[in-house]
Amino acid sequence: MELLYAITLGILTTCGVYLLLRARTFTVILGLTLLSHAVNLYLFASGRLATGAPAIIGLTEHPADPLPQALVLTAIVIGFAMTAFVVVLALKAAVELRNDHVDGEDPDEDRS
Amino acid sequence: MALALIILIPLIGASLPALCRGSAPRHLALMTALPAATSLALLLAWLPQVMNGEVIVRQLTWLPSLGLNVALRLDGVGLLFALLITGIGCLIILYARYYFEGSASAARFHSLVLMFMAAMLGIVLAENLLFMLVFWELTSLVSFLLIGFNADSQAARRGARMSLVITSGGGLVLLAGIVLLGQVVGSYQLSEVLQAGDRLRAHEHYGLILNLILLGAFTKSAQFPFHLWLPHAMAAPTPVSAYLHSATMVKAGLFLLVRLHPALAESELWFHLVTVTGMLTLMVGAFVAMFMHDMKGLLAYSTVSHLGLIMLLLGLGTPLSLAAALFHLVCHALFKAPLFMMAGYVDHATGTRDMRRINGMWRFMPTLMALSAIPAAAMAGLPLMSGYLSKKLLFSESLLVTTPGWAVAVIPVWVTLAGLFSMAYSIRIFHNVYFNGRPVDLPTWPPREPRLAALTPIALLALASLYVGLAPAGIYRELVHPAVMASRQAAMPAVDFNALGGALPMAMSLTAMTGGALFYLIRDPLFRLHARLPEVDAKEIFDWIMRWSIALSQRRVYQLENGSLQRYLTFIMITVIVLVGWDLLAVPTWHGGVPMTPLDPLTAVAAALLCLAATGVAVFHHHRLPALLLLGVTGLFVTVAFARFSAPDLALTQLMVEVMAVVIMMLALSFLPQQSPKESSPLRMTRDLAIAGLMGGGVTAFSFAILTRPPDSISAFFLANSLPGGGGTNVVNVILVDFRGFDTLGEITVLGIAAVAVFAFTRDLHLKERVVDTNPRHWVAEPHPIMLSTVARLVLPIALLVSAHIFLRGHNLPGGGFIAGLITAVALTLQYMSGGLVWAQERMLTAFRPLIGAGILIATLTGLGSWPFGYPFLTSAHDHVHWPLVGELELATAMLFDLGVYATVVGATLLILANLGKLMTVAGPGKEIG
Repeated sequence: MELLYAITLGILTTCGVYLLLRARTFTVILGLTLLSHAVNLYLFASGRLATGAPAIIGLTEHPADPLPQALVLTAIVIGFAMTAFVVVLALKAAVELRNDHVDGEDPDEDRS
Repeated sequence: MALALIILIPLIGASLPALCRGSAPRHLALMTALPAATSLALLLAWLPQVMNGEVIVRQLTWLPSLGLNVALRLDGVGLLFALLITGIGCLIILYARYYFEGSASAARFHSLVLMFMAAMLGIVLAENLLFMLVFWELTSLVSFLLIGFNADSQAARRGARMSLVITSGGGLVLLAGIVLLGQVVGSYQLSEVLQAGDRLRAHEHYGLILNLILLGAFTKSAQFPFHLWLPHAMAAPTPVSAYLHSATMVKAGLFLLVRLHPALAESELWFHLVTVTGMLTLMVGAFVAMFMHDMKGLLAYSTVSHLGLIMLLLGLGTPLSLAAALFHLVCHALFKAPLFMMAGYVDHATGTRDMRRINGMWRFMPTLMALSAIPAAAMAGLPLMSGYLSKKLLFSESLLVTTPGWAVAVIPVWVTLAGLFSMAYSIRIFHNVYFNGRPVDLPTWPPREPRLAALTPIALLALASLYVGLAPAGIYRELVHPAVMASRQAAMPAVDFNALGGALPMAMSLTAMTGGALFYLIRDPLFRLHARLPEVDAKEIFDWIMRWSIALSQRRVYQLENGSLQRYLTFIMITVIVLVGWDLLAVPTWHGGVPMTPLDPLTAVAAALLCLAATGVAVFHHHRLPALLLLGVTGLFVTVAFARFSAPDLALTQLMVEVMAVVIMMLALSFLPQQSPKESSPLRMTRDLAIAGLMGGGVTAFSFAILTRPPDSISAFFLANSLPGGGGTNVVNVILVDFRGFDTLGEITVLGIAAVAVFAFTRDLHLKERVVDTNPRHWVAEPHPIMLSTVARLVLPIALLVSAHIFLRGHNLPGGGFIAGLITAVALTLQYMSGGLVWAQERMLTAFRPLIGAGILIATLTGLGSWPFGYPFLTSAHDHVHWPLVGELELATAMLFDLGVYATVVGATLLILANLGKLMTVAGPGKEIG
């Protein structure tokens, strides 16, 4: 299971980084989201993979590590807020610069 | 802490002149002189103790990990320099009172001069070398402001810039040297550094340390070839020149070498570097000074030359050379300051500084002439004057050099020649200004002598100079000798000033005097000869170097930084790959030894779907809507992963967030082009794929390595204390609201800020000017389907009930403020989607921004609530209460905190959503939302 988990993280990262390197804002946001999934899953896994053992006292003999879970929970919510912020930035840039290229300049346009 | 007061009083006093900017010059000068004189008085109070050879050290630990302490030290060396700084400082303030009479910028000068005085005192009184460097840089900065005092003159600005570049560049080199020295010694405290001389000289880095520190000292003390900045600093008002270049700034480098003498000096390398630099500076300065027509220029180059002379003495290493250096340093300060002052007055009276035009001033300024005769004679080294004695000391010490061979013959001849030049330029500045025929075409006519009171500082300094010349033993015993003792840390032979006149030094002295006089007599043909010499303008060279290095660095910067985000990200990714990959390659075995848990088919399928969805996003990213839907699928499978691996709280959170995130991105997408153009070349795509693949591979490798190694977690504490300490069984929630409550408080604040930022950004966004989309899109005819809105209204109360349940049970079972808030937000989002923005907005009970504020406030107040009971911030209390009908229910202050979290999450999420939604409504609700 651990190997599969690690490979999944790798694929998420690969897709995220590839999209991050594209030239359009929306695609970059997609990439950021994938990358933050990968980061969250990675942080979560630092408590190791436990099945059927939620971190609730009295439920199981060996509960899962609660600390990474608490960290990731807030990370998810803040990640959402950041995504929303980046989305609005992208919108604002698209409106003011009249294109959605990450550098604010459409390479197709005549820049004279 | 009286020692600290010596620095603090002028530092704090620097604000006084600024405060009484409008007052009369007399009051202004008094306000400035008061702190300076207090410092001087405090120093004098220490004099008896220091004369007895005591070293007073006071310290306060500041950054012990760096070895940086606020430590002060008062010994002979420090006291000698500090007395010069404050004493001459007081007279400069008096001089400036008349110099700046009627000028509006007097207050600024007075403030700066006090600040400069404090910085200089910091250098000479510091016990910790790093602490000293702070003041060292401070003098560079303040001198920049002082030299560029007349900011509207180009010469002043350029002079200031040049001095800043050279002296602070030297400061950086010095920093490197000091850090290295501290590493070798193991401490930056002078008490230890000064004891470590033998260890330092034997160390392999001694040469490097010495070179770095000397560079710092040479730049500050205007040694050849760094002397450039000093003459160009003459664009400053004369009080600045008189202060910086007689007693303070330029003496800082000399001070450093005297201070570190026991640690670094007395090696062959030291002799060669210091002596030779001193010799060159001495000669270049004296030679150029000879041919200067500008009064201040002549004085500036003569200062360079005298600094070289002192440097040369510091390098010699003969029995009395250090004493001679310090003695001459005092003499120089005493005769150079009044000469600068004199030049300032003459400049004011005549309107020019050109000595080809200023002649025969004795007719107009007899008193000034009489007073300046003394310092001029001292500079020339005429008998009975202080300069005569110090030059004699120089001559006799130069004869005592025994090694190396070349020096035995060269140095005595060299210093005699320099003495000859100094005689010549000293005669010139006096004779040329006051006699030498009649004035030629002066801009201000007739020149008027400043009033008597204005001459006081010159008179006092001239008297002091005279006193040193007539009774040198007193100064020597009280100031120079303790300083030498402190620097050398050994007793030294007494000097009999009357017996200095050995035959050979006497002859050298006479040669210099007569030669100088002769030289002056035949000056006219010499000037003509000099004018024919090819002119080397050092400033041009300096400017050329500056321009060249600026252009070079600009080119380099623009090569890296061309404004392309893709390029920067590529650089960052490659850096990460290289840095992390380097370490990863060194991992011996990937499998850490912990056996893997068995794989079940369902998990395998889910993982495969997750990977497929993620890959799908990347592959179909040109078609944005499908890519976004696939992104949603990815998020759902991430949720499944959390649920599978025992994190119900995370699964719930991720589920809600995923819904909200996709809704928001869809909203955004409706304003953006639906397709991304295919613009990357195959080469670029291959490169990016390679980078992404390497990143992914690396992540796989190290997460696998971590997952198969035994965990080392601190969670046992939380598991053990959750119930007894936090009163809840859901450890994740207890960590969030109790153990790590402060983190959570910070996080909801960030959430609130992000939401408010979204609000601010969307407020003046007009999407009418949105990007033109080439593909027409197909809008649904029915904006709010009746079925959806009916069901949504039905769902709302149930959802809110679920949310309340999740909230209440959160402390013990999966749930809590974050999740309950997100559920509420999703339920309300559904209302917005089904009923439309205007419809839903009318039915909202509260605005969102106050809700966010209230949430953060509730959380903070809950935290503060523990203070009155004497507990630290965010200590929680809990109790189990039996409620009628409901049953046993736990009440904890943590729940109140969670309520704050809940309110913030609901407010922030809806604020974001509603404001993005507002953009979509063409007519809009007419007013801002939130």
